[in-house]
Amino acid sequence: MDEIFGIPAPLLFGQLLLGLINGAFYAMLSLGLAVIFGLLNIVNLAHGALFMMGAFVAWMLLNYAGLGYWWAMLLSPVIVGLFGMALEKLFISRLYKLDHLYGLLLTFGLALVIEGVFRNYYGSSGLPYRIPDQLQGAWDLGFMFMPVYRGWVVIAALIFCLTTWLVIEKTRLGAYLRAATENAPLVQAFGVNVPRMVTLTYGGGVALAALAGVLAAPIYSVNPQMGTNLIIVVFAVVVIGGMGSILGAVLTGFTLGVVEGLTKVFWPEASATVIFVIMAIVLLARPAGLFGRA
Amino acid sequence: MSPDTSLTTATPGAALGRPAASRPDELGLWGFTRAQLGALAVLIVFLVVAPFWLYPVFLMKLLCFALFASAFNLLIGYVGLLSFGHAAYFGMGGYLAGHAAKVWGLPPELSILTGAAVAGGLGAVFGWLAIRRSGIYFAMITLALAQMVYFFCVQAPFTGGEDGIQQIPRGTLLGFIGLQDDMAMYWFVAAIFLAGFLLIHRIVHSPFGQVIKAIRENEPRTTSLGYRTDDYKLVTFILSATLAGVAGGTKSLVFGIATLTDVHWAMSGEVVLMTLVGGLGTVFGPLVGAAVIVTMQNYLAEMGAWVTVIQGAIFVACVLAFRRGIVGEIGNLLRVKL
Repeated sequence: MDEIFGIPAPLLFGQLLLGLINGAFYAMLSLGLAVIFGLLNIVNLAHGALFMMGAFVAWMLLNYAGLGYWWAMLLSPVIVGLFGMALEKLFISRLYKLDHLYGLLLTFGLALVIEGVFRNYYGSSGLPYRIPDQLQGAWDLGFMFMPVYRGWVVIAALIFCLTTWLVIEKTRLGAYLRAATENAPLVQAFGVNVPRMVTLTYGGGVALAALAGVLAAPIYSVNPQMGTNLIIVVFAVVVIGGMGSILGAVLTGFTLGVVEGLTKVFWPEASATVIFVIMAIVLLARPAGLFGRA
Repeated sequence: MSPDTSLTTATPGAALGRPAASRPDELGLWGFTRAQLGALAVLIVFLVVAPFWLYPVFLMKLLCFALFASAFNLLIGYVGLLSFGHAAYFGMGGYLAGHAAKVWGLPPELSILTGAAVAGGLGAVFGWLAIRRSGIYFAMITLALAQMVYFFCVQAPFTGGEDGIQQIPRGTLLGFIGLQDDMAMYWFVAAIFLAGFLLIHRIVHSPFGQVIKAIRENEPRTTSLGYRTDDYKLVTFILSATLAGVAGGTKSLVFGIATLTDVHWAMSGEVVLMTLVGGLGTVFGPLVGAAVIVTMQNYLAEMGAWVTVIQGAIFVACVLAFRRGIVGEIGNLLRVKL
């Protein structure tokens, strides 16, 4: 097992793993986008900025408060989620009666503000974040060495996605959420506080992005642009998957990450564009997306 | 342009929060209302007088962005399609015009036409893909496709990667007008801008323009009247992309440089901001918006990242409280259509 298709096995598996990790972030971010879109009918362009903020809050907790990775994993989503809820209450909630495009423009403006503030105070060079001691080292899988942290990212992302799916599909709160996505006025007529649920949903989606940011902090350097570059790819992922199904978003995210990783092995020049090309093909064949409802 | 083709614009601007301002004085010269003719006169006087008291290169930059924003406005203001990837056409127009002028040695007018043709071709392909979806999906698709163009430009050999195409010659217009002098170049740019601006106005006030506005107001109804709405959307998209290419090509000749900045998503955001600040769906709005944003960037250049923060804050303020934009608000105050 030294070479597969003329490619050294460690290189192939290494890129596959990187692909899975990127896929994990695509999945978590597109999941949050899909949940927010389902209820609020806005595309949250600030999602990338809030992902970046999640990573920065983790860095700040470590450097200013001495709270490590595990505390960050708990606190960062809460802090960013609360921040997101404040944004929703202050700004986004004023636009629900208007054309959806205004929501997109507003969140784009918010993204610019958040990113600009962080770039102003922390520069654009990126800050290092250490892998926690418990996740240092690597496993010998026989055919390759797998850094423990990278394995953890994939597993953790899967757990978070699955939990989100369970909450939405199997709990009472999730049932309210799905009902409100279908018909909000009717759910409100049954006595459910829909505006509060909308705020909580936005906070939840944003917290998921922040959680992805914490996971990403030790892998990528923590820098203000880390979100925007990722989020445009995530938009393509969302167009490919369609925003109709939660498991669809997760599956599409992971699959496209792997496809991107494989492209890096076989045709490196195309790896940056492959997802966009797939998006174009999907638009031709199934305009509503692979899991979307027309 | 003959006066008899002028049509009234009776459609109240319901989409995207514009005021309905249809009054009997809408019948005017070339489809301009009286108020618009007044504004046009002010514009032409400004174009003639400005280079004598403002820095011509700054004015040329402003005019390039004004044309870019007007081209973008054709799509969002009149068909109601938000393209979040217009930097692709602007930037590619710039690269191709620069390449044509520098490597192929074409004269400036042909260089800009080359850039415009490539931008239009790109617009045809991307528009054909993107009009399969509407609303926010349309915005996300155009953004993603533009990002693809960006990655292509990072890698493609002819764009010069991070360095861009530098030292693009301005050349000699029509073989006898040297454009090295900033004033000569200014008149050339002003002529291009005015031609593009009047063309957009003409498109909006043609029978074709009536149909695209009908699509903006109510697409299913327009379809039921027998119009193939997808064709109209695609043609408008191509026109918009081509004019964005003209603006990009002109800009790269003015500054002698074409770089990745012009294809970056931030540029797509900037043109949205310009149009929003000026007023979506107003003829003069994109001009005013471009002037405001370009001037602001000029004065705040030394503030670094705060410029992004201020732009973001303007975005938020415009969307929340100021959706008509500057020209839209003035028009509303004076009860005229500008």
